Amino acid sequence: MSLRPVLQSDRFIVTGEVGPPKGVDMSHVIEEAKLIAKMVDGINVTDIQAAAMRVGSLATCHLIKDVGAEPVLQMVTRDRNRLALQSDLLSAWVLGIENVLCLTGDHPTLGDHKSAKAVYDLDSVQLLKVAKGLNEGHDMMGAELEGKPDFCLGAVVSPGANPLELQIMKLEKKVEAGAEFIQTQAVYDVNLFAEFMGKVKHLSVPILAGIVLLKSAGMAKYMNANVAGVTVPDELIARMAKAGAADKAAKEAGQKGGNLVATSIEIACELIAGLKPLCRGVHLMPLGWGHHVPKILKEAGLA
Amino acid sequence: MTISEPKPLEEILGVLQGQDKVFLVGCSDCATVVQVGGEEQLKEMAKTLEENGKTVTGMLIGEPGCHLLGLRKQFREHRAEIAAADAMLILSCGTGAQTAAAIADKPVHTATNTLFLGCVERFGQFREFCSACGDCTLERNGFICSVTRCSKGLQNGPCGGTTADGKCEVSPDRDCAWLLIYNKVKEQNALDSLKGYVAPKEGQIHPGQRTLSREGGES
Repeated sequence: MSLRPVLQSDRFIVTGEVGPPKGVDMSHVIEEAKLIAKMVDGINVTDIQAAAMRVGSLATCHLIKDVGAEPVLQMVTRDRNRLALQSDLLSAWVLGIENVLCLTGDHPTLGDHKSAKAVYDLDSVQLLKVAKGLNEGHDMMGAELEGKPDFCLGAVVSPGANPLELQIMKLEKKVEAGAEFIQTQAVYDVNLFAEFMGKVKHLSVPILAGIVLLKSAGMAKYMNANVAGVTVPDELIARMAKAGAADKAAKEAGQKGGNLVATSIEIACELIAGLKPLCRGVHLMPLGWGHHVPKILKEAGLA
Repeated sequence: MTISEPKPLEEILGVLQGQDKVFLVGCSDCATVVQVGGEEQLKEMAKTLEENGKTVTGMLIGEPGCHLLGLRKQFREHRAEIAAADAMLILSCGTGAQTAAAIADKPVHTATNTLFLGCVERFGQFREFCSACGDCTLERNGFICSVTRCSKGLQNGPCGGTTADGKCEVSPDRDCAWLLIYNKVKEQNALDSLKGYVAPKEGQIHPGQRTLSREGGES
């Protein structure tokens, strides 16, 4: 079953995310998916995330489907031309994958194979349109398919992008091209997100606000300096710094810390509570802290 | 303008191993402006090669070096000097090098790496603006090419990688092309030109060797 029925319901939607490993030990990613499979509506699997070479999204989606998860295949246009993109979409469908999130993908120079050829034969809007065409039973040249898929298609938006008007113009194209749901870049400021939602209310597409778990004050500062469109407010950085200091003191005294994790969970729950009235759901990106997701969902009243 | 840069001398001497008599070919157009294959660079190269034990049998400056028939005529005018050489060294772009190779009866080597089609911003400063994609969208994008100037060559708007100060996350010294496009088109009160789906390019970007035959054209 794809995400479509839940998107069409009036229920608050929760999606999670796992990242395949660099190497063939799939035990962690499968454990992480199993842990949250029944608590979330779908689990995104990243596609060569951050342009760092690893196991593919398609194979991982297939494996986590086998353990009861509803996979969302992330597909970037960085690495494959239009032939391979369409072929992999068909391959995904025959392996039981019914949701696809279409993205452009981080540039190779930001990854671990910096001289890799960047393909970008299609952009994210064009990939959506092509995938929708497959759903309608034809490839991008108009040739008829023998049996057609029925993907539930998603796209992304960066609510903190500047200028927002330009970002929204692209979002409009994505919805027009076939996006049935939208997941956002990490949100840390509920008021700014509310402003963004005000500006996209003409679009009738379900929007899931992105939540990236803060792991430390350093990570928050790093994101502020290096991740386009993401701003962690000083107040949250201060709370993480305080928790980090408490953990350090506890460690020196030979005691158990846990303040950072507790604060991170607390912040995530506050964000969820603030975002819940504003949008259709949340998309949790735990970045390796997947084992804390069940607790977050319970404390946020979502499980 | 085709922008090239000289190859390292060691590389040039490496390919000239065992070929001690060399004929030099430059170009009167791009390679002269870019200063990789003008008269001055040919003289410098001749001097350097002589210092490294080579003999330069002669030189010519193609007018331009990518003009097949013209270059063939110039080769004929220099046939004795070319006949005396073991090899030819071409100091122009890759098109010039291949034009020479197509008509030369000697081994040909190139002394440059060809980089891009560029604008001469000022003396010695070049910048790429056009990728010769064969499907020009400048009209729609405020005369700022997203194929060339966006790191991903995106056609439907920016990715999420525009930094807070308007740069491309791929390189902090490069402006986000889509931000430039947006600002320009907005200034012209023509934001509507950015709306609506832009279809994928139709196989023009890497089509193999391209040719153009213009009716009535002889040159």
